[in-house]
Amino acid sequence: MQPFTLARPASLEEATRLAAAGAMPLAGGTELLNWMRLGIAAPARLADISRLPGLDAIAPLPDGGLSLGALARLNDVAAHPAVRAGYPVLRQAIHKAASAQLRNLATIGGNLLQKTRCAYFRAEESLPCNRRAPGSGCAALHGLNERHAIFGWTEACVATQPSDPAVALAALDAVVVVAGPAGARRIPLGDLHLLPDAAGAAADTALRAGEIIVAIELPGPAPRSAYLKIRERESYEYALVSAAGALVLDGRTIRRARLALGSVAMKPWRLPAAEAALAGLSLDDTAALRAALEPAFAEARPLSHNGYKVPLARNAALRVIGMIAEGHAP
Amino acid sequence: MNEGLGSPMPRRDGRIKVTGAARFAADVKLPGLLHAALVTAPIARGRLVALDPAPALAVPGVARVLTAADMPRFAAVTTPPMATAVQPMQDDVIRFEGQPVAIVLAATPEAAEAGAARVAARYAADAPLLFSGERAEVPSRESFYVFEEPDLARGDVPAGLAAAAHRVAARYHQPPRHHNPMENSATLAVWEDGRLTLHTAAQWTYGVRYGLAGALGLAPERIRVLAAHTGGGFGAKGYTWPHQLLAAVAAQVTGRPVRLAYTRAQMYTMTGYQPEVAQEVTLGADAAGRLTAVRHASVSNTSLTDDYIEFAHAGSAGMYATPALQLSARMARTSLNIPMAMRAPHEGPGMFALESAMDEMAHALGMDPLDLRLANHADADPSDGRPWSSKKLREAYGEGAALFGWRERPRQAARDGHWILGTGMASCIMTVFRFPASARITLRADGQVVLEAGTQDIGTGTLTIFPQIAAGELGIPIERVTLRHGDTDLPETGGTFGSSSTACVGAAVQDAARKLRARLDGIAALQPASLGAPAEAPEALLRRAGLADLSAEGRYEFGRPFDAAGHAGSHAMRTFGAVFVEVAVDPELGLMRLRRAVGSYSVGRIVNPRTARSQMIGGITWGWGMAAMEASVVDPALGRFLSKNLSGVAIPVNADIPADIRIHFVDEVDPHAGPLGAKGIGEIGAVGVAAAVANAVFHATGRRIRDLPILPEGLLGAGAG
Ligand SMILES: Cc1cc2nc3c(=O)[nH]c(=O)nc-3n(C[C@H](O)[C@H](O)[C@H](O)COP(=O)(O)OP(=O)(O)OC[C@H]3O[C@@H](n4cnc5c(N)ncnc54)[C@H](O)[C@@H]3O)c2cc1C
Ligand code: SF4
Repeated sequence: MQPFTLARPASLEEATRLAAAGAMPLAGGTELLNWMRLGIAAPARLADISRLPGLDAIAPLPDGGLSLGALARLNDVAAHPAVRAGYPVLRQAIHKAASAQLRNLATIGGNLLQKTRCAYFRAEESLPCNRRAPGSGCAALHGLNERHAIFGWTEACVATQPSDPAVALAALDAVVVVAGPAGARRIPLGDLHLLPDAAGAAADTALRAGEIIVAIELPGPAPRSAYLKIRERESYEYALVSAAGALVLDGRTIRRARLALGSVAMKPWRLPAAEAALAGLSLDDTAALRAALEPAFAEARPLSHNGYKVPLARNAALRVIGMIAEGHAP
Repeated sequence: MNEGLGSPMPRRDGRIKVTGAARFAADVKLPGLLHAALVTAPIARGRLVALDPAPALAVPGVARVLTAADMPRFAAVTTPPMATAVQPMQDDVIRFEGQPVAIVLAATPEAAEAGAARVAARYAADAPLLFSGERAEVPSRESFYVFEEPDLARGDVPAGLAAAAHRVAARYHQPPRHHNPMENSATLAVWEDGRLTLHTAAQWTYGVRYGLAGALGLAPERIRVLAAHTGGGFGAKGYTWPHQLLAAVAAQVTGRPVRLAYTRAQMYTMTGYQPEVAQEVTLGADAAGRLTAVRHASVSNTSLTDDYIEFAHAGSAGMYATPALQLSARMARTSLNIPMAMRAPHEGPGMFALESAMDEMAHALGMDPLDLRLANHADADPSDGRPWSSKKLREAYGEGAALFGWRERPRQAARDGHWILGTGMASCIMTVFRFPASARITLRADGQVVLEAGTQDIGTGTLTIFPQIAAGELGIPIERVTLRHGDTDLPETGGTFGSSSTACVGAAVQDAARKLRARLDGIAALQPASLGAPAEAPEALLRRAGLADLSAEGRYEFGRPFDAAGHAGSHAMRTFGAVFVEVAVDPELGLMRLRRAVGSYSVGRIVNPRTARSQMIGGITWGWGMAAMEASVVDPALGRFLSKNLSGVAIPVNADIPADIRIHFVDEVDPHAGPLGAKGIGEIGAVGVAAAVANAVFHATGRRIRDLPILPEGLLGAGAG
């Protein structure tokens, strides 16, 4: 780890100014410090935003939605009564993320900005990886890519975005509110993470220099929602595949469906065509539900070792609908 | 008579371990300490062409950079006690990724690490050598890792197979798996007046002394090795590794104390791992299920320079009665670092294959898997016909089956929502390893007892059971016994490995206590108390005799420095058991979870049922990791372990361990294994579990999985047809 200086901005304005000048925001530090130890990032300056007043507030919005302050701790978000009642998919996604200890420290804003878990990228030294060392190639493309992307990859990078809460927030149509040197702006969650392009794995997110996430805004509640995380061990492990679903029901009939898959692409992967096809179907007609989902997976492009992820993701999407139908937590 | 032996004494080190008060090697501080960081090769094979320490020396705090040129030439030492035959930093050849090429010494660990990152090294890389069963070699018997003959044949296997009514032949495979102890290995080395003292993470302090004495050309007595507590070993700290040797040399060259602590990544390349093992088992059985032949061949990977071998057939050598047995173990070189014995070596990998094949045979015969085992129970050691030192495996099967409800289990897999429930079982077996041991007990006139033995604390409970044995023998409360351990200034014992400590060191402790009692009796005879006086406490007797203290030394010996499976004597020594599991499989999501397990063991006398139960639960959990997730995958292009960290390598967590794991020990005393009647238990719990799980998956889904670990990819869609 390289020496760095630590600044403690007193206000959001000061924080964005520092960030614009190259300082990296430090929230819970559970990701950032790992990058620094591994040599993935070597910032000369950190701006500790963790004590900025008010940024950890969780408050109702006038339109019936909910605002999550970027600095709210994951466990505090999950425990909040409004989240518990209105957004089970988010609560479950958080409870399946990391460990209880980490969730006490990790912030919801920082969580969205975590980097891929690609093992080549996370190695203790630099391996051929365009995302870590631009132009060095992608060792995973023809290497050990069991856990890598089936959607939206390029030959430059086949990694996935590992955040669980991001998948739930994508299904909830959340909006990320940022403050920056050029003022505030709102980024739909689906536009926050960037897929790699043909030339390389440029930036992870759409955040511009100096921009700081202030809050994440949720539209009105989605009480019929659930999160499914698939992994070889029961806890404290990233997903092989995850699925977030939110339904609006009329008896046993789906009025509106929102579905997002996790760990299949470099961003939470919404399934718009399948969502449209699900509308009007009965929860009890499994064959029809399956048929509605199927076309979305015909577009999948598995790699040399991750073909199993395609049926797994399809089954996960179907199962998460079943979980909501049965009204139980996983 | 013996209230200590057999009582469920709680762990005496529990409090210091959970509060963090226990001090491990990397916690030791000395004035003037230099911190070492290793520069390691990023290529699997090739040469170090150039190395420029200047950028590292420019880092504030960096004192020195040592390269091969600064090293003394080490003498050749046998393996073990040295872990590898080729010592680091003696030439420019790169033999595995992660091999140390330079040591950066600095005033702080941060400066050393920053310096190590700046050392500019250039390499000429050759293509890595990957594992291939086709390149199998017979190991050389010069290495002590090859402690058995690689081939064993009894009877006529082709004839037995030809005569069989049913035959099963299948291949099984498992990837490399690392030990992953919680504590990264570390050593603090300091020289004073030509004497070397090491504080180190070790399972065998005396081994480190012998290894370093050989390599450095020093008399063993000039080396003192201390290991107050070792934070888990599982075999990763059994022998002498580069951190010990390089810390000693760095301290010698600089004249200052040096601490060398591995990073987690360095644990993956400088302490070993259970090798990749490819196996083929062929069984023949008659119509009643009696085995007519057993063939078991294995190939495990080793390094370019050392002959480490996994005797995967060790379990097959001792498990079932059969007229014909043909066993072979081979190794295949890879450009990886040397593998190493890991909790349940040999039988651990091997019984996955044998016990899966037995399940396949039971299925072919339409026979209950337990009945097939009972039908082939070996009444004498199948490898050489010797009688058993003790064996109550029939009882272990029966009592375990009753606890599990094996006979009442649903024949068709049951359903629980999306989960399919399968049951499976496997036999367990482990070679008994023995090492001589010595111990000393001193009774002081104030009534306190000091027990001394060089043995180690690696978290298994030794700090409790040795005082417990002493207290029981002396008839005093355990609170009065203090144990001094983990120090080559204390009476010599073997390593804390091979499931050997309790039985061997415990026997020496018992011997010392009995000798002390005899001496007390002698004193009492010379100084008779007045007639009718109440029974006198031993310390009162000492005081009356005018003695400040009284000591006795005890030993456990059998005429050899090492014994496996009782070859030193007339009886074959193995431990036995059976493990039964219920596994839930969700084939749509590829998920598999352990619902419950019963482990039932015939392992001699249980010295402490509480610590013993913990060992077995740990063993079953260890086996679950092997079955369900553990793999240290090697990138074929880079020739390195892809993930050298606990984020990229899954091992079980608490949530994977069901509350319903029941451990049962058959009431048994082994009259031949040692005076305690005990044998080892530390490893057998891990044996058989992966097979029982795979067998349960077969029961649940009809899918036979012969490649470990059993991952979602392999389970997806199982049982659909
Ligand atoms: C062992 C381990 C296991 C984990 N398992 C999971 C898991 O299963 N699922 C999962 O979803 N996550 C998992 N995580 C990730 C964890 O949730 C994240 O590390 C955490 O949420 C990051 O939040 P933080 O506040 O600590 O961020 P930091 O580490 O402080 O920051 C992370 C990044 O975000 C930037 N940043 C932080 N806050 C802001 C802000 N408000 N505006 C702009 N930039 C900001 C920082 O500059 C940095 O670049 C795991 C982490 C660890 C260490
Ligand atoms: S997939 Fe992306 S992150 Fe992984 S090695 Fe390739 S470029 Fe790097």
